[in-house]
Amino acid sequence: MTPQTMNITLVVNGQHHSLDVAVHHSLLDVLRNDLDLTGTKECCAEGECGACTVRMDEKAVNACLVLAVEADGRDITTIEGLATEDHLSPVQQAFLEEGAVQCGFCIPGMVMSAAYLLEHNDAPTEEEIREALSGNLCRCAGYKRIVRAVQRAAEAGR
Amino acid sequence: MTTGNVGRPAGRIGGLDRVTGRQRYVADLRLDDALHVKLVTLPCARAWIVDIDTSKAWEVPGVRTIFTAADLPDPMPRYGVHYDDRPVLAVGETKFHGEPVAAVAADTLDAAQRAAALVQVQYEELPPVLDVRAALDPAAPLVVDPVLRPDDPLASTNIRREFRYAWGDVDTATADLVIENTYTFPMVTHFAIEPHGFVVAADESGVTVWSSIQHPYILQRVMARVLGLPLSRVRVIAPDPGGAFGGKGYPKFEPLLAYMAMATGRPCRLVLTLDETFQAVRRNNAEVRIRTGFDSDGTIRFQDIEADFLMGAYVDISARVISKSSHLAAGPYRVPNARILARALHSHTPPSTAMRGFGTPQFSWALEQQMDEAARRLDMDRLEIRLRNLARKGEEFIPGDTPADGDWFESVRRAADAIGWGEPLPDGRGRGLAVGIKSSATAGAAYSILRFLYDGSVFVLVGTSDMGQGARTILTQIVSDELGVPPEAVNVVMGDTAAAPFDYSTSASRSTVFMGGSVMRGCAELKDQVREMAARLRGCEPEEIEIDRGVVTFPGGEQKGIVEVVQEGLGAVGGELIAVGLMRGEADPNHPIGGRPWFYEFNCTAVELEVDRRTGEVLIHKHVTVADVGKAINPQHVESQDEGAAIMGLGHTLMEHLVLDEHGRIVNLGALDYRIPTTKDMPLDLESIIVENGDGPGPHGAKGVGEGGLLCVAAAVASAVTDATGVVIRDLPLTPERIWRAINEVTRSEVSP
Repeated sequence: MTPQTMNITLVVNGQHHSLDVAVHHSLLDVLRNDLDLTGTKECCAEGECGACTVRMDEKAVNACLVLAVEADGRDITTIEGLATEDHLSPVQQAFLEEGAVQCGFCIPGMVMSAAYLLEHNDAPTEEEIREALSGNLCRCAGYKRIVRAVQRAAEAGR
Repeated sequence: MTTGNVGRPAGRIGGLDRVTGRQRYVADLRLDDALHVKLVTLPCARAWIVDIDTSKAWEVPGVRTIFTAADLPDPMPRYGVHYDDRPVLAVGETKFHGEPVAAVAADTLDAAQRAAALVQVQYEELPPVLDVRAALDPAAPLVVDPVLRPDDPLASTNIRREFRYAWGDVDTATADLVIENTYTFPMVTHFAIEPHGFVVAADESGVTVWSSIQHPYILQRVMARVLGLPLSRVRVIAPDPGGAFGGKGYPKFEPLLAYMAMATGRPCRLVLTLDETFQAVRRNNAEVRIRTGFDSDGTIRFQDIEADFLMGAYVDISARVISKSSHLAAGPYRVPNARILARALHSHTPPSTAMRGFGTPQFSWALEQQMDEAARRLDMDRLEIRLRNLARKGEEFIPGDTPADGDWFESVRRAADAIGWGEPLPDGRGRGLAVGIKSSATAGAAYSILRFLYDGSVFVLVGTSDMGQGARTILTQIVSDELGVPPEAVNVVMGDTAAAPFDYSTSASRSTVFMGGSVMRGCAELKDQVREMAARLRGCEPEEIEIDRGVVTFPGGEQKGIVEVVQEGLGAVGGELIAVGLMRGEADPNHPIGGRPWFYEFNCTAVELEVDRRTGEVLIHKHVTVADVGKAINPQHVESQDEGAAIMGLGHTLMEHLVLDEHGRIVNLGALDYRIPTTKDMPLDLESIIVENGDGPGPHGAKGVGEGGLLCVAAAVASAVTDATGVVIRDLPLTPERIWRAINEVTRSEVSP
């Protein structure tokens, strides 16, 4: 039995895609395997670690928990779509400046969650930052510097 | 000329690729034509494999091969780092939950997964050995077939090794106070956010292995041996691991993939799920029984320590974890009489491996609580009893071993000051303080090749791995300063045994000292070559030429930049200068652990916390971690490592624990049920303090860092919990339930009068 497929359209980082996707594949599978956008990472594949956080329309989502067919017609932003050719986004810049990056595997998801937070709250308290990032696991546990980076990005953005 | 990079918080090399998603980890590599592999496992730890029927699995379109033990050479090839004990696939009997009995390779991962689910295994479940008590029971089934342990007097037991160390005489030592307790340290797993990934390609010239491995050269050696290939025919490519913590040190499924790649003629790729990584690597759980004698003034008279470490089904590196950590089991204290026995036990549980701290957190947990109990019984301050016993700098605190190599008092005092030791506390709060010590590498070799190119840029080729600790940045800072070239001109190439020369391993916090020392020597050799060149150009002696940070000074005072001199020397034909850096520490067969540690990682951790007596929850208000690092080549990297180690330590202290059911299955398999610290679990205030006295053996007096911050977290937190609540808990983790029960069960409250 070959898996059932469906045609979907996605806008990913501003580019239109028409894709035949297996109905059981997640948005994460499609981003990483069909579109070779490997910046979005896979770790737990059950929505707990946040490594696959992407933007879907107005929401930050765990791409592992979204079926690709559910994303049909949606506008997706991944870590690859955050910086312009010349400029890093304020969050990316702040992560570098605060030394918030260690092994880096959690960082794309962490950056996406932080960017989402700052879009909705341009002056988050430390507690609000901790809350907003609590779904993104970092085992190098650079949390202190990550929180600082978000504060720095917030200041830069105001 | 850029100078003075060492000692500055230089930004991480590779940081930009990591914040933009461009960094490619193993799972991000795309190999044309690669087959996807899925492992077939059984729902229990120990079972006799009666029959494996692959016929239905073969019907799945896209399946290219299905391997069982029958498809591998007979006898089954076995591999390991010190013991060749691990079969490529389970043969006869499975030894732990998660051990593969078969593997499917298919054109797509979907096909591999579907086919793996259709492999039908008939098996008979057998009773497993799952804990220390069972492993020591003479009536227990043997995990390892004695046939595989020829000439081993312990072959008819589940004990793989017993390590005994002693000095003084515990039997005749007297003491005013003797305290005896048992402490347990749980089974925890590394949980690197990057699951392990492997790809192997094979052709007539040999094999190429891509692996998220910390030690590419150990993998190369093991692969060459199991496959019967010369080292030169095994190329290991190791992209930067996405976190490792010791868990990516040793070969896992690379040999299986090599056989499958050879059979199919196509590269074979396996990226583990997080659940599968839980079954692949973990820390040794341990039970430590300890009897300590004190004088009435708190002076330690003796330590009598017996520890059982549950390694699991195969040895991996655990025998070394246990032999090395137990040698230092009596801690950083003056102990006139000591007797240590540590056993390495087999069980039907996933194999343990190295994990940050390498066995010492298990001992620190026990030892430091003994110090607290003595303080309580003798009505002494917990800080004072530690200072009374702590080894002074230069003191040979373990006979025949490396003397205390730091001013450890300074670390303890700075931690105590930062936490406000002795100051009044709000109600419901407590403070705790503990020390930890770990031996660094005892031997090893680190080779580097430095290529000074025509334009003054430099290739630095090293077999070290950058897994988040920042080795690439540290080496760049060192080379930049030594040669006086800007850091942007230094390109550190890692992770390919076809490009970079031998490095023993990236472990034991060794890289700054060993590989840092190696590139320092390479730079010195390069400067010698430039001196020879300059002398030839000027017709003087090389000794008359001085080079300092890229400035060449000729006799008479004329100065030129190093690049200019090299270009003049190389002339119109061009070329480059090549130097080899070499740092070797030979093994000492007469030393109990094969050599003296090059340095110690010493840490003092102090916490102030609050316990919610209604729920047993702990809230850490402040956590101070102090590391004696000799010299911080990059203070930001040092602090990041220590903060990360501290939080990882809070994991096994407060929440982490793999739970097994009676079949030997991990019940809390995966991120939903196995919790690690999140942003909401971090201390409200986390402070990392660096002690720098330039007293290490590495470049600029550096010692290694990165493990220290984890070593004694559990004991420091437990000490504070006791301070806050009066209850003593000797089993980790200190979950809310465990603390709540301890508070509410008066009979278990063991505070001494």
